[in-house]
Amino acid sequence: MVQAGHQLMETGSQNTETQFVDHVIIRFAGDSGDGIQLTGGELTKLAAESGNDISTFPDYPAEIRAPAGSLAGVSGFQLHFSSYSIHTPGDAPSVLVAMNPAALRTNLKDLTIGGVLVLNSGTFTDANLKKAGYETNPQDDNSLKDYRVLSVDISKMTSQTLTDSQLSNKEKLRCKNFFALGLILWAYGKDLDRQIETINKKFATRQLLADANIAVLKAGYHFGETTEIFSVVQEVKPAPLDPGIYRNVTGNEALCLGLITAGQLAKKNLFLGAYPITPASDILHILANHRDMGVTTFQAEDEIAAISAAIGAAFGGAIAITSSSGPGIALKGEAIGLATIVELPLVIINVQRGGPSTGLPTKTEQSDLLQAMYGRNGECPIPIIASKTPSDNFKTAIDAVRIAIKYMTPIMILSDGYLANGTEPWRIPDSKKLQPINVTHRTDPENFLPYQRNTETLARDWAIPGTPGLEHRIGGLEKDALTGNVSYDPQNHEAMCRTRAEKITRIQQDMGAVDFSGDETGDLLLIGWGGTYGALFQATQKLRKQGHRVSHLHVRYINPLHPDLGKIMSKFKNRLVCELNLGQLSVLLRNETLLSMDGYNKVQGHPFSINELCTEAEKYLKA
Amino acid sequence: MTTTTPATPSESVLTKKDFASNQDVRWCPGCGDYAILKAVQGLMPDLGLPREDIVFISGIGCSSRFPYYMNTYGFHTIHGRAPAIASGLKIARPDLSVWVVTGDGDGLSIGGNHLLHALRRNMNINILLFNNQIYGLTKGQYSPTSEIGKKTKSTPEGSVDRPVNPLSFALGANATFIGRGVDVEIKELQALMKQAYDHQGGSFVEILQNCHVFNDGAFSSVTNRATKSDNQLKLTHGEPLLFGDNKGITISNDCMPHIVDVGDGANQTPLKDIVVHNEQGNTTYAFMLSQMRHPDFPVPLGVLHRQDIPSYDALIQEKSHAQRDVDLQKLFTAGSTWTVS
Repeated sequence: MVQAGHQLMETGSQNTETQFVDHVIIRFAGDSGDGIQLTGGELTKLAAESGNDISTFPDYPAEIRAPAGSLAGVSGFQLHFSSYSIHTPGDAPSVLVAMNPAALRTNLKDLTIGGVLVLNSGTFTDANLKKAGYETNPQDDNSLKDYRVLSVDISKMTSQTLTDSQLSNKEKLRCKNFFALGLILWAYGKDLDRQIETINKKFATRQLLADANIAVLKAGYHFGETTEIFSVVQEVKPAPLDPGIYRNVTGNEALCLGLITAGQLAKKNLFLGAYPITPASDILHILANHRDMGVTTFQAEDEIAAISAAIGAAFGGAIAITSSSGPGIALKGEAIGLATIVELPLVIINVQRGGPSTGLPTKTEQSDLLQAMYGRNGECPIPIIASKTPSDNFKTAIDAVRIAIKYMTPIMILSDGYLANGTEPWRIPDSKKLQPINVTHRTDPENFLPYQRNTETLARDWAIPGTPGLEHRIGGLEKDALTGNVSYDPQNHEAMCRTRAEKITRIQQDMGAVDFSGDETGDLLLIGWGGTYGALFQATQKLRKQGHRVSHLHVRYINPLHPDLGKIMSKFKNRLVCELNLGQLSVLLRNETLLSMDGYNKVQGHPFSINELCTEAEKYLKA
Repeated sequence: MTTTTPATPSESVLTKKDFASNQDVRWCPGCGDYAILKAVQGLMPDLGLPREDIVFISGIGCSSRFPYYMNTYGFHTIHGRAPAIASGLKIARPDLSVWVVTGDGDGLSIGGNHLLHALRRNMNINILLFNNQIYGLTKGQYSPTSEIGKKTKSTPEGSVDRPVNPLSFALGANATFIGRGVDVEIKELQALMKQAYDHQGGSFVEILQNCHVFNDGAFSSVTNRATKSDNQLKLTHGEPLLFGDNKGITISNDCMPHIVDVGDGANQTPLKDIVVHNEQGNTTYAFMLSQMRHPDFPVPLGVLHRQDIPSYDALIQEKSHAQRDVDLQKLFTAGSTWTVS
């Protein structure tokens, strides 16, 4: 389909054909100040609105503005759009738009051989080449012969397009990402008018900027058209998604929508205590905009105060939430213990990132699983629930609130940087069909005992201040099993520890079916949890199409584990637990099932690719 | 509503006894905390609130056992975090009267950060800091308010740390109500706490409290019958700063306080030149007061500073337009959507 080493600068072919392909993976890369995330986001919207299934992966540096042109400052955005159902942003891009030499250097290794490479040649100056560590200009030294290279001086063309604009030179140059976007819109048959409409809306208050961006967008689009640099326009037909109304959501957006929804379903106010931390800060930003939906956000002085304030709000009867990432969760440990012993509902969100310590703040990892399980003093079990896709965060948030209230317990949601920032289409549910969340505050003072329990759930009553006759004291000291008064009685302490553990185990009755695909027996069971779902699901599909006897088990409830896991796992010759850590779920599963299993583990700050999973799986299938 | 709600018994006839819980008080016999508990229980009926609308929140330490002994809602939390937990409760439930009980270690060491932020936010909660200048519950280490050279289990050769001054700290945090009382002077303490309660904003009250097991007599100069009139400076809004036997305070041009003999004789200062206390004076004046210490100066007691500005929770209430049954579908479909048929 493509010719290797073909320089695509010639013009002259008369008619551009349209070729239909089933999917395209595009990556934009440039300086973190180049508007890469914006460009990617705009193309995502267009693709989604034209009916494609989409999945995205923004990959940005921890530095806010690393020096221009430096390797450290390269920001990337990958978009996968398709005519069939996809679950990942794709393994390797088939198109790479590199806005400078540093972006080329850090991203070229991922581009498929024969892929299209768009270079902003205007930035390939000696100084920039040196910053990127190139001794010779890769455009001239034949090192790009395996790709279809399109060198365009996007910087210059942008300036020329805007000769008459009243914007400053600096502002003009900032429009250059829209040239790249225009070019890509043409190459993939996307609607130019719709994008113009979007720009007009986005920059409604700055008409000068809107006009400039539109002019540059058109220039890029027409450049593609007139030069016919792409010999064929590739078009991706709409994907057969289930009928309904859709919108794009990031994982953090879906989580917030879920939390707000849970508040409404419970007819309660929502209280978020949070301290800014990557990649969880967006939860604070998004919820701060929804005061009208009964949401109060409190930016606390630190992580400890954030969870403490949430516990105070829970005591007062609010649906309390605290959001953070691994380092913040470490600080919250003691307070999670307090919420556990006083048995108040609280949702703790951990958007995981690379660790330990500050680690890789903007990169994804699944290495906080054992911290979630065991990162507290004493016998301190809490339920843990892991989201599997960006939009799944909506359901996860509602489930978490429901469990926290029903069982009067803190609960942790494990999301991750990949889910939080990645996007996918979300089929908007009918809000009227969502199941209400039942909240009962005790009001009857007759025979009130603060730690008396519901026999089915073992939850105590949620008796809130302001209720006459129920005045009582709670605290971090061990409590008497009924009165809640301080008790140092040895038998009482053991009974309370066992009861708190048993209460968490009873959540098994609310779990529903295991997340499983494939046949019930086979040669290999791929096991995963959290944000690796898409890659594992698709790897399983691919292997099964090749005739392999492979199935996929995805663990949603980390604690308590689903009671059926051992039975399911035992029916496979091999079990491979795939995680973005050094083998943490394996520890729990071995302990629970006493079955042997292998791990496929990666901690590189990046998600699994489908190919690497298939390659690893094949090792078990050849034997 | 056509019927009037009958007044509940709790609203009409509450007494001090109604605020005592059924738990045995477990402080060491003779601890200053007993007197403070008595003062607080005695004050509660005067607030005119039903018991269920009052919440006591504490951290960790001897003083933090306080909520267990109050027959109100109570929450004995974790070390240093009471101001943060109280803040969350007050934001979620502005209808409640929220009190924090803390100590010098809990409030100024492990929880210093939360105290700072609760005060600078002007959260409408009442913070009572029992200052005994020692760690009692952990059996006698020096605290952040212990004097330099304090010999304790953890400082056998005497501490070298400079102490923090709780009232100066609170002023530095821009607290809007700052006062000081003494455990054994119950009436004055109650009057001070009532003013703290009436203040619509964050109030901070330091209570000098004797730990007779690990730091006995830390404030004896202020509490001894024989010496207290010379060592206490009782602050009354609009009244001159007078104490002891005809003594008064003046301020020189360099903002320094001076002790003078008051009178019209030679080497005496006329009453009109004595500083008149203004609770709502500037913070430089309040800071000067907060820095007056035994033995160089009498110890100021009462309200040092008060400033009336809107509280955090009141401002948040103004900004929020909480509604019920809002349109979720509208929320879901905000932004760009598309339809697949």
